[in-house]
Amino acid sequence: MPADADGESSLAVTARAESFVEFDRVQKSYDGATLVVKDLNLSIAKGEFLTMLGPSGSGKTTCLMMLAGFETATSGEIRLDGRPINQVPPHKRGIGMVFQNYALFPHMTVAENLSFPLEVRGMARPEREAKIARALDMVQMGGFGSRRPAQLSGGQQQRIALARALVFDPGLVLMDEPLGALDKQLREHMQFEIKHLHESLGITVVYVTHDQGEALTMSDRIAVFNDGRIQQLAPPADLYERPGNSFVAGFIGENNRLPGTVEDRSGDKALVRLATGELIDATPVSITEKGSRTVVSIRPERVEFKPEMMPPGARTLDAEVVEVIYMGDILRTVLKVAGTDDFVMKMRNTLGQTRLAPGQKIKVGWHPQDARALDP
Amino acid sequence: MADSALLTTADGRPLAQALAEAQGRARRRAFWLVVPLLLFVLVSFILPIGQMLHRSVHHDGFSANAPAVSAWFAANPPGTQPDEAAFAALAQDLRAMQANRTAGEAGTRVNYVLPESRSLFTKTARSAKDMTPPFKAALLAADPKWDDPRVWAAMRSSSSAYTADFYMVALDFERGPDGSLERVPENRQIYVYLFVKTFVLSGLITLICLLIGFPVAHLLATLPMARANLLMILVLLPFWTSLLVRTTSWMALLQGEGVINDLLVWIGVIAGDGRLRMINNQTGTIIVMTHILLPFMILPLYSVMRVIPPSYARAARSLGATSWTTFRRVYLPQTLPGIGAGSLLVFILAVGYYITPALVGGADGQLISNLIDFHMDKSNWSLAAALSAMLLVGVLILYWLYERLVGIDRLKLG
Ligand SMILES: Nc1ncnc2c1ncn2[C@@H]1O[C@H](COP(=O)(O)OP(=O)(O)O)[C@@H](O)[C@H]1O
Ligand SMILES: [Mg+2]
Repeated sequence: MPADADGESSLAVTARAESFVEFDRVQKSYDGATLVVKDLNLSIAKGEFLTMLGPSGSGKTTCLMMLAGFETATSGEIRLDGRPINQVPPHKRGIGMVFQNYALFPHMTVAENLSFPLEVRGMARPEREAKIARALDMVQMGGFGSRRPAQLSGGQQQRIALARALVFDPGLVLMDEPLGALDKQLREHMQFEIKHLHESLGITVVYVTHDQGEALTMSDRIAVFNDGRIQQLAPPADLYERPGNSFVAGFIGENNRLPGTVEDRSGDKALVRLATGELIDATPVSITEKGSRTVVSIRPERVEFKPEMMPPGARTLDAEVVEVIYMGDILRTVLKVAGTDDFVMKMRNTLGQTRLAPGQKIKVGWHPQDARALDP
Repeated sequence: MADSALLTTADGRPLAQALAEAQGRARRRAFWLVVPLLLFVLVSFILPIGQMLHRSVHHDGFSANAPAVSAWFAANPPGTQPDEAAFAALAQDLRAMQANRTAGEAGTRVNYVLPESRSLFTKTARSAKDMTPPFKAALLAADPKWDDPRVWAAMRSSSSAYTADFYMVALDFERGPDGSLERVPENRQIYVYLFVKTFVLSGLITLICLLIGFPVAHLLATLPMARANLLMILVLLPFWTSLLVRTTSWMALLQGEGVINDLLVWIGVIAGDGRLRMINNQTGTIIVMTHILLPFMILPLYSVMRVIPPSYARAARSLGATSWTTFRRVYLPQTLPGIGAGSLLVFILAVGYYITPALVGGADGQLISNLIDFHMDKSNWSLAAALSAMLLVGVLILYWLYERLVGIDRLKLG
C-alpha cells in the first residue's frame, strides 16, 4: 500500500503512522440478541505479524471476516491505512486471504488459480506469467503450474493458497487457521516458511489460530480472544511470562493454580493466604484489594525444590511426590501441595539432576515474580 | 519376477491360486446377491425394449398371409413387370385371405407403405373366390388399381417379414413406382416435423427450467436450515400431488375465463375481449410441463450447490473479483455437473412426455409421444415401435454428446 498522503490528510496519516489496520470500538452481532465481538479495539502496525489466538467460538474468524469485508461490523469503525473501510466491498479492499480449507478453485489449474487475481485486475499476459512464476518459486512449487489442486497434497495446496494470496502484492494478508489441516511436522515447517515470507516481503499479516504453540513461535504480538473480547494483547514472551488474567494464564502454556485470599498488598508485592492456611509471596496482577479472592498462577518450569535455587528468604510449601513422569528432555513431577494433588513441577533432565521417588517429602518454592496473583 | 511363482501361502498352496479362490468365493456370493436385481432389470427393461426394437423392423402381416405372391417377389428381381403368374399368385392369396379373414391384416401392412391401399385388399378378396384365368384381367376388372406399379412396389416391400419400412414411414418417406425412396407430399409430412417440434419444445422447456431452477436451487443451498426446508417442501409439493390434479388446476388458472386472464383484465393489461390463449395450445404445453419437470432440474442442481463451500466465492472476492465475475468464473463452472444432470433429466423426460400435452396441448401442443400413443391405439404397433426407437436413438445421441462435452462421470443426480 503506497502511503499516498495528500496535503489535507497528512496530519491524520502521521497521527496513525503506527497503525495500518485499526479496529475502533467494533461490535458484531449475528442475531441481534448476543454480541459475538464485544468492543474490539486493536491497532496493527505496518509489517507486523499479529495473531488472534483463542478457543473455538471466541470470535476470531468473525473479526477476520469483518476486516476482509465478508461480514459487516454492527457498530464501530474499521480502518485500513487510515481509511474507513466499513462500506468498501471485499474485492476493492486489496487484502490477500488464506482460508483453512485452502479454497483453491478446483476447476482451474494451479497457474490459473494464481492468474485469477491478476486477470481481474486487467494485467497483461506476459506480466501475469512472470508474476505467477515468481510466486510459485517463492513457495518452492515452480513445476506445478499445470496441475489441478486435487492432484496436490495438503501441504502443497497450502503453499499454492499462500502464493495465490500473495501474487497480487497485497499489503495485508489474512490467514484463518491456515495450517489446521496439516500434520504436526508439516505444520511446523510451514510455520517457519510463512514467517520467513512475512519477513522477506515486509507484508502485514493477521493470523488466526487456536494453537498456542503456533501463535508463540510466529507472532510479533498476540491478541488472546475469549468470549468476544481481547483478554490480552502482548508479544509472545510477555504473554507467556506475564499473563494478565487467569484466562490467559490457563490458556497459554501449563500452569499451576493455587486459590487463596489476599492477606496484604503493598506496591508490587502481595501476600496470599492459601485455602489450606499457608502464606505465599506473589506479584499482584489483576487483583484489587486486601481480602479479595485470588488464584495464584505458577509455571511448572519455575517451581524449584532445591533451596539454593530460590531467592533468599523465599517462602516454601510442603510437598509430597505423587509420581515422576519421564519425558526425555524433562522430568515431569506431580506433587501434592496445599490441598491440590495435581501440582506440576518440571525439572530439566540434566546429568546431576536429583531423582525423586513417589512418596518422598520435599519443599517447593519460587521467585515471587513467578507467582502471579490473578482474578479468581 | 522369477521368484514370485514360488510364493506359497502358509499351508503350501500357490499364492496366485489361493488369491483367486478367496476372491472367487466373494465374487460368487456377490453375484448371487445381485441375481434378483439382474432378473428384474432383464424382465422389466431389456426384454420390452428388445421386443419394441424387434417390432419396429418386423411385421409378417403380408408375408404370412400372401405366401404365393411373396414367393413370386422372391423369385423375380425388383423392377420386373408383374406377369400372369404374379397375378395368379395374387388371386390365390386373396382367396386364401378371404377364407381365413386375413385380408385386413395383409392390407394394413401394405397400407403403411402406400396409404389407402387396405381397402383394395378387403374389397378384392371378397370377389376373389369367383375369379377365373386370366387373372390379370380378372383382377383389373375387380379394381383397376391393381395395375398401379406403386401397389406392386408396396407389396414387394411388404413381402419380407423384416423391413425398414416403418422407419421409412417415420421419416416421412414412401416408395415410388420403381421402388425407390421418395419424400411424401408436403401436406402428409408429419413425423419429422413432430420430432423436430418435440426436441425444440423439450429444449425450450429445459432452458426455462434451468433459468427458474438455478436461483431456486441456489436459495435452497444457501438459506438457513429452517427456511431451506420450507422451500424444499414447496419444491417437492408437485411430487406429492397427482399429476391430474396439477394439470386440472393449471386449466383453471390458464383458461380463457381463468384466474390469470381475469386478473389481467381486472388490472387492465388486456381488454376483456383480448383474453390470452394460454391453454389447449403450445403455450399450455410449455407452461404446464415446465412446472411439472422443474423439480427434476432443481434437485440435481441443489445437490451440487450444497457441497460448494462458500469459501470459494469468498476467496474469489478477496482476490479482487466482482460478484458477477465470481459467479461466472468460480461458481457457475462448479455447478456444471448439476446443470448437465438436471438438463439431461428434464430433456429426456420432456421428450417422452405424453399425458400433459394430451391434456393441455390442444392441436398444436401435441408431441411425438402423443402420435406414438395414437398409433398404439390403432394397433399400429410396428410404426409406434419405430417412432419410439427413433426417440430412443435421439436421446442416446444427446447422452453421447453430453458424455463427450461434460463427461458422464461428472453427472450428479443427488
Ligand atoms: N454466520 C454466522 N451466523 C451466526 N452466528 C455465527 C456466524 N458465524 C459465527 N457465528 C457465531 O459467532 C461466534 C464466534 O464465531 P467465530 O468468529 O467463528 O469464532 P472462532 O473463529 O473464534 O472459532 C460463535 O458462537 C458462532 O456460533
Ligand atoms: Mg474460526
